[in-house]
Amino acid sequence: MKTYIDTGKKDTRSGFGAGLTQLGKTNENVVALCADLTGSLKMDEFKANHPERFYQVGIAEANMMGMAAGMTIGGKIPFTGTFANFSTGRVYDQIRQSIAYSGKNVKVCASHAGVTLGEDGATHQILEDIGLMKMLPGMTVINTCDYNQTKAATIAIANYDGPVYLRFGRPKVANFTPENGTFTIGQAVNLQEGTDVTIVATGHLVWEALEACKTLNEQGISAAVINIHTIKPLDANAILKSVATTGCVVTAEEHNYLGGLGESVSRILAENHPAPQEFVATQDTFGESGTPDQLMEKYGLNAAAIVKAATKVVGRK
Amino acid sequence: MADITQLEAFVTQVRRDIVRQVHKVNSGHPGGSLGCAEFIVALYQEVMQRKDGFDMNGSDEDLFFLSNGHISPVFYSVLARSGYFPVEELNTFRLLNSRLQGHPTTHEGLPGIRIASGSLGQGISVAIGAAAAKKLNKDTHHVYVLCGDGELQEGQNWEAIMYAAGNKIDNLIVSIDLNGQQIDGSTDTVLPLGNVKGKFEAFGWDVISVEKGNDIQSILDGMQEAKAKTGQGKPICVLLQTVMGNGVDFMMHTHAWHGKAPNDEQLALALAQNPETLGDY
Ligand SMILES: Cc1ncc(C[n+]2csc(CCOP(=O)(O)OP(=O)(O)O)c2C)c(N)n1
Repeated sequence: MKTYIDTGKKDTRSGFGAGLTQLGKTNENVVALCADLTGSLKMDEFKANHPERFYQVGIAEANMMGMAAGMTIGGKIPFTGTFANFSTGRVYDQIRQSIAYSGKNVKVCASHAGVTLGEDGATHQILEDIGLMKMLPGMTVINTCDYNQTKAATIAIANYDGPVYLRFGRPKVANFTPENGTFTIGQAVNLQEGTDVTIVATGHLVWEALEACKTLNEQGISAAVINIHTIKPLDANAILKSVATTGCVVTAEEHNYLGGLGESVSRILAENHPAPQEFVATQDTFGESGTPDQLMEKYGLNAAAIVKAATKVVGRK
Repeated sequence: MADITQLEAFVTQVRRDIVRQVHKVNSGHPGGSLGCAEFIVALYQEVMQRKDGFDMNGSDEDLFFLSNGHISPVFYSVLARSGYFPVEELNTFRLLNSRLQGHPTTHEGLPGIRIASGSLGQGISVAIGAAAAKKLNKDTHHVYVLCGDGELQEGQNWEAIMYAAGNKIDNLIVSIDLNGQQIDGSTDTVLPLGNVKGKFEAFGWDVISVEKGNDIQSILDGMQEAKAKTGQGKPICVLLQTVMGNGVDFMMHTHAWHGKAPNDEQLALALAQNPETLGDY
């Protein structure tokens, strides 16, 4: 088993902010738009460095998405920033028509995704956004797992021509992927090799999967862990290759089990290699107020939940 | 000086194109299309500075966005007859595998189109983005948009209208097709728009009223005035008082022809009122 070290807890949104700051210096076509959440999205530094390329649109997300689409006409690479709920559900039709269908090079960057947003409660905790975005033809969907990876992803998507949904979060979580690592859109990262079960995780659940892997190992279960940062296009080969050995899967995500990563994995298995699967995800429910840790515990989104699901799925083989 | 007679002849041909496109597939939106024929012709033939050919970025030329995408028949006709694609392609309007989709789209790569529209209320936002990009690029050309009046009921417009004034987007000219009609009836019966001029002014826009929105000279004068007001810190709105269905007598002054195709007899009547000028496709 490989060892991963948490170099100090950091929030993924700060990784986004750091990536955007770097892009500001290296790519003059990058512009940023924000709907009155500059601090929450960690866009302050970009704003300070490049006031002429920063657009404060006010609390008007629909207009922000339309403007971003328009700015691509003229060669700009717009990054929009607001909470995940207001980046997707609030503006689905604007993204659908003006960005996705129109094939515009807009990067929809969404913080505070999932229940780990915490105390603000269900009005702000979107658990449907991956589904909404992955259903849009041509949309790339990325959910990063830690600060370093979010920074790398932010930089990488500027070099990709097409609409992207980049999902990250609010809480400080383990930072364990390489600093200044490369980020390849659509390429899964194999974190642990294993022979009994494949854990396919995204976002905040990746670290939990690594923790679960240790516990499972102590119990004599050898778990592979795959970090799926790109939910669409999904790296089917990486998943199938591992499942060819393990014969069963646990998917783990901070999202509804309807429409999320889990269902995308199910489709790939159904088409290629039917295998038992368990879903660590929210069970078609809204969230609620609480601390991130409390909510992850209550909604079954932590290492313990993954261990339980893995034990169960191994028994179903 | 614009040759008004020539532009009027152009408009007559565009009217034929509109009713023929819609008739052929028994679907589409003739009412709003006819009402905006003079405006779109004036825009593409006189008002806008356009480069030859088409590239998506449209740098160093004026840009136009059709926010009320349902009036695609007039847009397609004027684009084709302004050289963006072969006029014969109007024959494919709304057919399977056509580049002339029911509502305009970039998806099929039709030259002249820079954004999909159809879901109402998004065009001003897109145009603001394009206008902001022009400013960053130090491109002094203008960005034009057309919206329906019923379309103004969509909230996103008012987000955009507030943004444009607050951020001095003064290379933007938004025209409103004030025909007083929408699908279910007049705008007054569906949801009254109130004082549109007063609303735009209250948001901080310069507003120009073109009372004869189907008269080419009046449109040209209004747009000239609008252009003269650019670069002064305010976005500009041109209120065009138009008649829905203009130029086909039985389609005029009613919402009934917002989205209805003429039958064979009605088509013959409409064409008789608008004799061929530039040649049918
Ligand atoms: C968001 C959205 N809602 C509803 C419609 C359906 N619709 C198409 S045209 C129209 C009426 C538009 O009225 P107006 O802007 O005045 O255009 P006109 O009827 O004058 O052509 C409606 C409701 C739509 N296309 N988009």
